[in-house]
This record gives sequence, structure tokens and C-alpha cells, in this order.
Amino acid sequence: MATAPSLLHLGSLMGGVRSVDQVAVEERAASLGKRSIKKASKVWALELAIRMMDLTTLEGADTPGKVAALCGKAIRPDPTDHSVPSVAAVCLYPSLIAQAVQHLRGTTVKVASVATAFPSGQTFTTVKVTETREAVAAGADEIDMVIDRGAFLSGGYQKVYDEIVRIKEACGSAHLKVILETGELGSYDNVRRASILAMAAGADFIKTSTGKIQPAATPAVTLVMMEAVRDFHRETGRSVGLKAAGGIRTAKQAVQYLVLLYETLGPDWMTPNRFRLGASSLLNDVLMQLAREKTGAYQSADYFTID
Amino acid sequence: MAITKRSSTALAEHRFEYEPAPEAIDHVNIAPRYGLFIGGKFVEPRSGKWFPTINPATEEQLSEVSEALKADVDRAVTAAASAQESWGRLKPSRRARYIFRISRLLQERSRELAVVESLDGGKPIKESRDVDIPLAAAHIFYYAGWADKLEWAFPNRRPRPVGVCGQVIPWNFPLLMLAWKIAPALAAGNTVVLKPAETTPLSALLFAEICQQADLPPGVVNIITGAGKTGSLLVSHPDVKKVAFTGSTEVGKLIQKAVAGTGKHLSLELGGKAANIVFDDAPLDQAVEGIINGIFFNQGHVCCAGSRLLVQESVAELLLAKLRDRVDTLRVGDPLDKNTDVGAINSRAQLEKIQGLVESGLEEGAEIYQPPCELPAKGFWFRPTIFTNVSQSHRIAREEIFGPVLSVLTFRTPAEAVEKANNTPYGLSAGVWTEKGSRILWMTERLRAGVVWANTYNRFDPTSPFGGYKESGFGREGGLHGLLPYLGLN
Repeated sequence: MATAPSLLHLGSLMGGVRSVDQVAVEERAASLGKRSIKKASKVWALELAIRMMDLTTLEGADTPGKVAALCGKAIRPDPTDHSVPSVAAVCLYPSLIAQAVQHLRGTTVKVASVATAFPSGQTFTTVKVTETREAVAAGADEIDMVIDRGAFLSGGYQKVYDEIVRIKEACGSAHLKVILETGELGSYDNVRRASILAMAAGADFIKTSTGKIQPAATPAVTLVMMEAVRDFHRETGRSVGLKAAGGIRTAKQAVQYLVLLYETLGPDWMTPNRFRLGASSLLNDVLMQLAREKTGAYQSADYFTID
Repeated sequence: MAITKRSSTALAEHRFEYEPAPEAIDHVNIAPRYGLFIGGKFVEPRSGKWFPTINPATEEQLSEVSEALKADVDRAVTAAASAQESWGRLKPSRRARYIFRISRLLQERSRELAVVESLDGGKPIKESRDVDIPLAAAHIFYYAGWADKLEWAFPNRRPRPVGVCGQVIPWNFPLLMLAWKIAPALAAGNTVVLKPAETTPLSALLFAEICQQADLPPGVVNIITGAGKTGSLLVSHPDVKKVAFTGSTEVGKLIQKAVAGTGKHLSLELGGKAANIVFDDAPLDQAVEGIINGIFFNQGHVCCAGSRLLVQESVAELLLAKLRDRVDTLRVGDPLDKNTDVGAINSRAQLEKIQGLVESGLEEGAEIYQPPCELPAKGFWFRPTIFTNVSQSHRIAREEIFGPVLSVLTFRTPAEAVEKANNTPYGLSAGVWTEKGSRILWMTERLRAGVVWANTYNRFDPTSPFGGYKESGFGREGGLHGLLPYLGLN
């Protein structure tokens, strides 16, 4: 905490965070999207995508029954193939943490809860802190908070920073993922700025989107955040994780994100401890592709459970 | 639960090994032997001589092509001369129709052409597929459009064809350079005799087949193969009215001497030693991509390659650290693998030239960095190479290496950047990386280079003229300017 504000002050005096060239970054992301991943490397990537997945349900209509089904799927994604690994975590609203904890006890699947007046974040800081504390007390291993985009876009960087610091304190030993909501930030320069700010304030992970705003995760915006993570690591030695969330629906997209990760942050980040894919409908497509690689034939959608 | 603790040793393995993803080649037919394409037909060479063309990635022979000597060159130029009058007088919209048709056929056969380009030249399939072939087709398409609009291109002038064009092209972008030469020549109503480089003749011979498919009148396009001797016979042939050459400065000078006093039109696109200039406010991660693209695209076999990196001292350390990390991720190997970033060196002779210059760099005290990638056992390969601690007087900072070798120099002020960038006998291209629009313009005014790219590199478009200053040659290719070398204007 003592060093971080000085980093911010120096930033504003010395011209701030380095800029991002939109055309070039989109071109680079697109060129990595053309990598051709086949056979054993594809199976490896698909299994890794499952191990990195935050299986998500964030609906007003979520019920204990829905959470029970989701947790079952999270533990054993493919009931017919026990070699398929569990996902990394389930991600849900705070009111459902208790149910999830009950279903996931004794497994490696973590409970992640959104907090801080998700998805808009438009409430009092005290409320956000209380919500975070209660979520952790209810058993959440990971907290997905949203930044105050209103403050960020009006230049109130200090306010955004202070709030992240307070939420991080409230998290205690729980991991903090900071959602930038890149679809509302308006430019890659801002995405990079928000990434650096969130990491300096203590984020364990930075995350692209809530999934409630379009565009959500894109390869280019994720690449910009990966570059920020890389620079932050170079500068401070601290390894911050990254979560791409929203709009990732196909196995092919998931593999493209892994290629992006591998060629930007390298093998050290190819682990669920440092990279997550937040998705609600991706898992079945990955399972379908995995079955295709193992059996040589596509199975009907009816062979994969809907949870 | 046991199912969630599956094979922890396998999970600890974080390396992502890409499996080979080779482009299929079974759809490509390469004849065991090719004649010369003269008067609309493939004919046996009168020289009776043939020479092999090999795949530089495997050193295996792909085919045998003819060596055109005096009698063959005479025959080709005669065929072009006899087709000249009717082609030049053809209704321009009819001429356009043939050229459009060639462009479409090129697109239709693009997969095949991409594979042949990679097999014969060693360039990665992702480049031949995504850059060479689409750009070649676009260039031909663009000039097809000019064929019936020449009088609007040059108002109050009377454009007329110059006559038979003798064109000699290099091995780095065989089909693209062919398109740059043939498209404006045909649009302006000239006929051509073109000689591809001796190491990469195959795509030009496939192009000859496309001319047949397009029903192009016999003699309008003639393709003759051979080495330097053939080229010399072609450019000094008395019935050739216009000479166009892309290649080394050394050969360019010989050609200029050969045509001096003959009244032939001449355009030359020669070597380069471009400066890629990175200021401290540049978007560094994207600048790194631009530097990589500038020097390792097509193994650095690019006349406009950004072979001298000029970086502002205040960001040099950070930029170089990023650059080294990025070079480590380059995938060097089989040109036909879709994931290959850097392919094979075009020929043994070129490999030896690169090795010689790199040795001189070491002798002169520059510091070398090469990634630890594995190279295939057979074929011609060279590791991506970065030299730091380079000064202006080193050979690697002055001579064109034409390989994947980057020389890094630093500067302190914009004025020093301009001074160092211009301190070279060449002047083909330059790159400027800065967030400041005004500085881009300031630099562009002062850099003596035919092309200045801002916050990008190696970007081409048929509408944009390309060509050099000083020893990089004269004449422009592309755009309206690209028509001028092929027209007489009254």
C-alpha cells in the first residue's frame, strides 16, 4: 500500500500509462487466432480449458435447484467419461454461496461469488465492503468485484483504487478478481490503464467483463490485459491472474484464448491459478469437441447434459 | 473425490506443444520439366539446357526448368514484338477484360499458388496464403481497372504504349513481383518478356498456364527462365523498349550501364537498409510486433525490411527485453506448417551471404542474441538474430543482409534519429513509431525514403506507389505513378 500510491502519482506526473495501438493489437490478436491446433495438442488444450473454467450462472431466476445442478456438472462435466477433469470454480450471486459450498465440499471446485453490487457497481462503498465480507463469511473462495466505471471514466482513479484496496481487505484470504467491464471503458488505452490500476491496488486476478454488457471478452481486449499483466510482472515481480469472461461459447474460441495466453504470457500462466475462462454455455461445446477427438465422431447434443 | 485429482503429473505440465499442421499439397501438380512460355505455348529451349529448382526446406528437386540463351531470348522478344501492335490497338475495355480474367483465375487457384510459392521459395504458408497471393491478385485487379481510363489518368496528354518490356524479378516475392511488373505493363498496352529468378521460377510458370486459361492472345506475356546470363541477354536485346528490374543494387548498376545510351526506358527497385525508428512514447508492445514483422517477415528477404532498429535510449532497455522475449516465441521450421512464423532461407548462396555478414558483426564487436529454437537437419535455415551494441560504422549497419538479422542502434533526439536513418546509401523505406501525429509528419518530411510507415510496417496496397531514393533505385510501382514507366505521353 505504501508504494502503490506513489506509483500512481508518478504515473500522472510522467505522462501516465503507456498507450496501446488499436489497429496493431487487433491485428496481432487476429493473427494468433489463425494458429492451427490439432490432435494431442487440441485434446490437451480442451482439457485445460475445462480445468480453467468458471462455470457461471448469474440470473435473477437462479434457485437452489439450479445451483445443485450446476455444481454436479462442475464436479463431473461428462458423466460418461471420468477422465474429463472438474472445472475450476462455479461463479454465482452471493445469496447462493451457501448452497454451492454444501455441494462442493471435499472437491477441488472453488466457489466464486460476484459482489460489490454486480454488475453496475453503483452503490455505496460501505455496502460493497459489507457484501464482500458476508460473501466470504458464507464460504466464497473467490470474489469477483466490479470497478466503479463511473468514477474511472470521470477521472476519479484514486476513488477506484481506494475502493479496490478496501474490497481486497474485506476479502481476507479469499482471492479477489477485479472486473474492469472493458465494454464500458471505450478504448484500449483505458483498458490498459484500468488493468495497471487494479493490479497496483492488489487484485489477484483482473477480469474482462461481467457478461452483462456487449462487447464482453474479445481476443484483442484480453491481449491488452495480458500485456499489462506481463509489464506489471516485469516491474514488480508479482504474477497477477487473468479471467476472460462473456461471449466465449465455442471450444474453438477457448483454444484461441489459450494460444493468446501461451504466446503472450508463456507456460507459467497455463494454469487455473493464473487464467480462467468465465462461461455459462462453453462447457458442452468443449465436451463435444473432446469426445470428437477421442472417438473420431461427433455425438448428438443429447449426449451431453444440460445443467 | 478422486475424480477431481486426476493425473497431477500431467496437469503440472504447462507446455503447449503444437502438433504439426501441414498444408495439404496433394492438390498441386508440378510438372517434372517445364519449357519456355513463348507465343502462348510451352516450347523446348533451343539452348537444349535445363536446370533444377529445389525446395530450400528439404533440398529436394521440385522440377527442372529451361535455361533460355540467345536464340530463346530472341524468339521470346520476337513473339512479344509481333503481338505488340494488335495488343496495343485492342479496345482498352477488351484489354481490361483479359486482365480482370487473369486476376480472377489467380484467386481461383490461390491455394495451389500459395503452396507452390512456399515449396519453391521457403516462405511460410501463412504468408504466401495471406499476403503474397491475395496482394498479387489485388494488384492485377487494380491495374485492370486503369486499362480503359488512361486518358483520364493523364488529362490532356495522349498515353501510348512503349513497346516490348523486358522484366527481371527477384526470388523473395516471386508471384507478387510478377504481378507488380506485368499488370501495369499490360494495362498500358505493352507486351512483356519476363524472367523469374532462377531459384523460384515455378509460380511464374503456373502464371503462364493461367494466361493460357484466360485466352490471352499469344505473345502478350512470355515467360523465360534462366539465371543472370538470361537476364542480361533480355535487358540488352535491341527490340526491348522498356526494362524493369527488381533485385540487388549490384545487378541494378550493371543493368543501368547496359541500357545507357540505348534510349530504353528503365525503372529499378533495388536494395534497402531501412530504419525502423521507435520513440519513447510509442505503444511498445505493438512496436515490438512491428519490429518483428519488419525484419522477420519472409525471413528478412524483403528489400524494404526494417533491418536497422533505431530506438530512443530512454526506452531501449525495456524495448529490447520485450523484443528478446518475443523472438523466443517465433516458430521456425517447415514452411508448409500453418503455424510456422519463419521459414527456410531461399538458397544456399543466400545462407552463406547471411552467415558471412553475421560473422563480420561478431568480429566488429556487436553483441548477438538468438533464440534457442531447433532447426531442421536438412535445408537452409538461419535463426532469427538480434545484434545490439551496433554502431553506424559496422558492416551489419550499412550493408543489406537480406536475412533475419536485426541491427539495433540507439538515439537521443528526433534530429539524431533522422540523421542516423538517412546516413545510408539506400533510401527505400522507413518506419516511425510514436503517439505524436505532429512528430510523424516532422519525420516524414526529413526521411529520405520512398515509403515511410507510421505505427505499422510492411503494409502494401496496389493503390500506393512504392519505390526508392538513392541506391534503392528509381521509378514507382503501384498506384497511378506505377503506370508512368509503361507509357509514352505526348
